[in-house]
Amino acid sequence: MSDLLGWKNMPIGGIIFESGSSRRYVTGGWRTYKPVHALERCIHCLRCWILCPDSAVLVEDGRVVGFDYDHCKGCGICARECPPKCHAIEMQLDR
Amino acid sequence: MAKRVPMTGNDAGAEALKDVNPDVAAVFPITPQTELMHQFSSYVHDGVVDTELILVESEHSAQSACFGAASAGARTVTATSSQGLLLMAEICAITAATRLPVVMPVVNRAISAPVNIGCDHSDSMFLRDAGWIQLYCENSQEVYDTVLQAFRIGEHKEVLLPVMVCLDGFIISHTMEGVELIGSEAARQFVGEYAPAFRLLDTAKPITVGPLHLTDYYFECKRQVVEAMQNARRVIGEVGHEYGRLTGREYGLIEPYRLDDAEVAIVALGSTCGTAKVAADRAREKGIRAGVLKVRSFRPFPGEEIAAALRHVGAAAVLDRSISYGLPGGPLFHEVRSFVQGGIRLVSYVYGLGGRDITPGDLQGVFADLAATLRSSESDGAYRYIGLRE
Repeated sequence: MSDLLGWKNMPIGGIIFESGSSRRYVTGGWRTYKPVHALERCIHCLRCWILCPDSAVLVEDGRVVGFDYDHCKGCGICARECPPKCHAIEMQLDR
Repeated sequence: MAKRVPMTGNDAGAEALKDVNPDVAAVFPITPQTELMHQFSSYVHDGVVDTELILVESEHSAQSACFGAASAGARTVTATSSQGLLLMAEICAITAATRLPVVMPVVNRAISAPVNIGCDHSDSMFLRDAGWIQLYCENSQEVYDTVLQAFRIGEHKEVLLPVMVCLDGFIISHTMEGVELIGSEAARQFVGEYAPAFRLLDTAKPITVGPLHLTDYYFECKRQVVEAMQNARRVIGEVGHEYGRLTGREYGLIEPYRLDDAEVAIVALGSTCGTAKVAADRAREKGIRAGVLKVRSFRPFPGEEIAAALRHVGAAAVLDRSISYGLPGGPLFHEVRSFVQGGIRLVSYVYGLGGRDITPGDLQGVFADLAATLRSSESDGAYRYIGLRE
């Protein structure tokens, strides 16, 4: 049987009383295309990091290091906004 | 000390809101509700209450503002009628499912088309499955009393649902009668300090309001509302009883009138119950043992209580001031019929749509029809109209 809560035990009104719980809600499965990062072409302007609606661009020490594929829904905003002269992010069919 | 003051139903609603001093009110005018919030806004202007009054641009915005304010932890009110209620319907369902105990007088008015400002219950019946508690008032006194009780009922920790206090447009809202007031001090003591179940603006305890629930949790949320409505049946009685100890005016889910020995009865909502009581008195003078069963709470629906109250009655007319197209009769009739068992003959009467008058004479006619039905072996049409031209 599932480990989901029953109606008697869960909070009322659909309220979530735990902060940051969406980290556990994996939405990567919604994706059709996935962003692929070419580190050698990246200038680390961080436009992708600013604009990602799911905070799925991973940055360490001010440098883009990849994507959180557990939460990236494959919207493609990062690839679209990556400066054309760099073209450091490419959307590929995610099989 | 209680004092008795001439008031319209709208005045009485505004007076009760003033006596409670809610934190937030979202206001948008619509006939025949306009005067209620107009009166209340004058209390805000005069500093009698310190309610934050939000003048919104539509009823959709009014209910949205209520949702936001109530989520933030504010005791919140609005009021509306007819098209306004339909326009806010989308948010009404969200307010209820998010378990926000907003209190909303609904001044019952017909819905378009054709355009009509008269009383009927089509507006609130449109929202009968929205998850709101619905209490119907017979007169201005009940409006005042019920608005006060609505806060206690909706905010009860085992209920946490919004409450519509339904009053008949014009018939109650614009008719002056004596109303006994308990005063702000007693009223505020009765409703108590508001302790919301959660506060969106409490940054020490961050919460998410209105998240996505797909196949995993949506169904369970709905089941919780079923339980809250079930709890409300008990709480409405408890609060009505406590209010009775305070004022001498006791309230429950239903109110029987001369029903103990009745062979025929009228079951109805709202101001028509007062008319039916007069008609019952007159019918009894003519030898018909007539009684009335007022259904005060339509949601939650007190089916068992209604069935028990009618158990000994031979024939009963269930009066609907609204209509269900494609299903003969109205909603009250069908819900009563789904509980009443045994040999009782139930007849559906749809009446008073668009404010068409209903008189004691009309209802004496209903009692006479019921008495004739009792004596006849054949069952003639169970679906009838009052005051409709062929």
